[in-house]
Amino acid sequence: MMTAGVKALGDEIESRVDAGDRFAGLFATRPTQTAPITLSAHVATAGGIDTLEASLPPGTESYPALTPRLGAAFWYEREIHDTFGVVPEGHPRLAPLVRPGSPETPGDRALPRHVTGYGMFTIPHGPVRSGVLESIEYLVETPGEAIPHLNMRVFYKHRGVQEAFAGMTPVDAVLLAERTEGIASVAHALAFSHAIEQIADCEPPTTAQLVRVLHAELERIANHLDVAVRLADAAGLAVATTRLALHKERVMRLVSRLCGSRFGRGVVVPGGISAAPQLPPAQLWAELDRLAKPIAADAAALMATSSFLDRLRGTGPLTPERARQHGALGPIGKAAGFADDARLARPYDAYRALVVPSARSHLAGDALARLRVRWEEVDQSFRLLRQVADDLSERAPDLYSVTCEPASGRAVGWSEAPQGEVLYDVSIAAGRITRCHPRSASFHNLVLMHEVFAGDILTDFPFIEASFGLSVAGVAL
Amino acid sequence: MSIWVLRGLRDGVVTTRWPARPDDYADTWRGPARPLPGNLSSDPAAALSSDPGVDPDTLETLCPTGAITAERAGNVRVDQGRCILCGHCVAERPDVFAWSQGATGPGAAAPTREALIVPELPETDEAVEAARARLRERTTALRRSVHVRHVDAGSDGSEEWEIQALLGPVYDIHRLGVFFTASPRHADVLLVTGAGARGMTVPLRTTYDGMPDPKIVIAVGTDAISGGLLSQSDMTTGGIAATVPVDIWLAGSPPSPFGIINALLVAVGKLAPDPNPSAPARSTTGPRGGRRSR
Repeated sequence: MMTAGVKALGDEIESRVDAGDRFAGLFATRPTQTAPITLSAHVATAGGIDTLEASLPPGTESYPALTPRLGAAFWYEREIHDTFGVVPEGHPRLAPLVRPGSPETPGDRALPRHVTGYGMFTIPHGPVRSGVLESIEYLVETPGEAIPHLNMRVFYKHRGVQEAFAGMTPVDAVLLAERTEGIASVAHALAFSHAIEQIADCEPPTTAQLVRVLHAELERIANHLDVAVRLADAAGLAVATTRLALHKERVMRLVSRLCGSRFGRGVVVPGGISAAPQLPPAQLWAELDRLAKPIAADAAALMATSSFLDRLRGTGPLTPERARQHGALGPIGKAAGFADDARLARPYDAYRALVVPSARSHLAGDALARLRVRWEEVDQSFRLLRQVADDLSERAPDLYSVTCEPASGRAVGWSEAPQGEVLYDVSIAAGRITRCHPRSASFHNLVLMHEVFAGDILTDFPFIEASFGLSVAGVAL
Repeated sequence: MSIWVLRGLRDGVVTTRWPARPDDYADTWRGPARPLPGNLSSDPAAALSSDPGVDPDTLETLCPTGAITAERAGNVRVDQGRCILCGHCVAERPDVFAWSQGATGPGAAAPTREALIVPELPETDEAVEAARARLRERTTALRRSVHVRHVDAGSDGSEEWEIQALLGPVYDIHRLGVFFTASPRHADVLLVTGAGARGMTVPLRTTYDGMPDPKIVIAVGTDAISGGLLSQSDMTTGGIAATVPVDIWLAGSPPSPFGIINALLVAVGKLAPDPNPSAPARSTTGPRGGRRSR
């Protein structure tokens, strides 16, 4: 829907959000250097994702910022400023976010400082950090223990993913979608493929839909186990860390036995899946059983280890009010009473036919609640996987994909990654991608890390970071 | 806490003994694509033209990263340093292409960039031998224990998972005398992942410069070697070799943990690089563990 201008766009988003919709993203496009810039906002409704747009007059270099009225647009408008140089007037802080300032000397090397006072100093942590982690720079402002302010600079690993999509065929572009946020390869491939399928108006065969759910849920289990490994490691629980890492490895090995890739890559293609799973459904059942019980037992033991729970309880709390205002996605939102799960609210593929078990409601919003949500989701995933294995064993061999070669059009595709909802806004002309804007849950959620250090100290940092469970690759693109 | 003592004993020893002993998962691992030897007749032009459906240009367009070269008068070659393991070529032309198998052998860590091109170019052999000799010179001091530092220079996040797996119970890299360190000052080996994001150029170089000599750099994954799907992006340097000198090249998107172990062992001289990395796959049942750590 096209609105009359930026102000009207802001009004429309505001009234939609007041009516119960969720602000899901904002970005700008400019087809050519001289063309006017168009702002596109995504709003998640009960049944789908709406796109609201406003064009800036040609030649404009600024527009009234939406951030003051819509806090969740904070990073989105910084990204727009980074990419197009257009200034959102009244934006609280327009420092580089996703793009390094110039190719060789990234950004402003000076450390931004927000809190001043006696004994206050800034610890720059990153981009090369201790441990095997993705590159990001945290600027921790502290008088010694408390963390009154945190800044993040994610631009170090900006790779130019969006630009790289342009000109690709959908078949190749889905490979790039898988590599946009590697730990959620399946979810990104799904969201991208859903957009393509919407444009082409095609529907994947039922078997393909089931196999998609199979891989999406295994990916969710692996990701949630990874978060649990990092939390147990932060607490120094050597045996728990080892046990959970073993489970994660077993899940990844099951994925590689199904498709040859430990990350489920190459499975999802626009129109269906590339090939049948390499394990028969009966064997899949046995494998799932072999995984589910030990995982549940170790999860229960972890959640009964009081020295561990002490570190998580009350750590990095997000208030339900902020979660709702921001439209926090995935486990972070669910832990703070804001659950908008695309599998339930806007079901796709086989989720429409499967029974997605409903989740308990949490309000604490702390690291402990986030971990509880993840364990519940793991349990939920195993139930879904058993339904999938059942359905697959009852089905006669079927087509794995339908032809899906759209000529031109635009659509928004979505899926529920382990981190939360992933959106892909894709435009195609003459069978090639002209523009593809991925929006990961990591991008939408990471900004919330600014706000969760209420009373937390430096040693809580690894717990808070791990409990968010996000990937920098999906933020910096 | 006592619950964990018993839980820790639950599965017995789950750690692989690879490479001292064979490991099924390592030996059957699906590596980058390779051309099948049958298609490399002495008169390749004839081999290609005998099938009306095969035209060198169509073969080349199968690959989204341009890893395939099919010269009209020459052979079909795959540059595994560009292969992102999408499988398009294997699915479309199983008569021409197949997967490499195993964490060693074709598709494994290579001591030169050219050695990743299969089948090998005629001039590669000498270059590989020279590179191996240079590596040996530097690694004699490192054999007993090495410390590794990792830097993400624009990865998609999956390579980090596979490197982290080395610290887990299944791969347990410590058994091989390899340890991760937080400080480049303690590091002998630099594991670099990612396509070479421009924003990471300075931090990566600083880390490298901060390491004491002798130092070895491993490019982990196809992205680190060539940039993969982002090789053309203005925001990457199309691989990390533009920023730091690479000693070991490990293809994969991402490479398997076994592949990374192999690269680390090659890097520190505990394993010789594959004597003939570009040879067609040998029997996958052969005892890879025949070459023990020295």
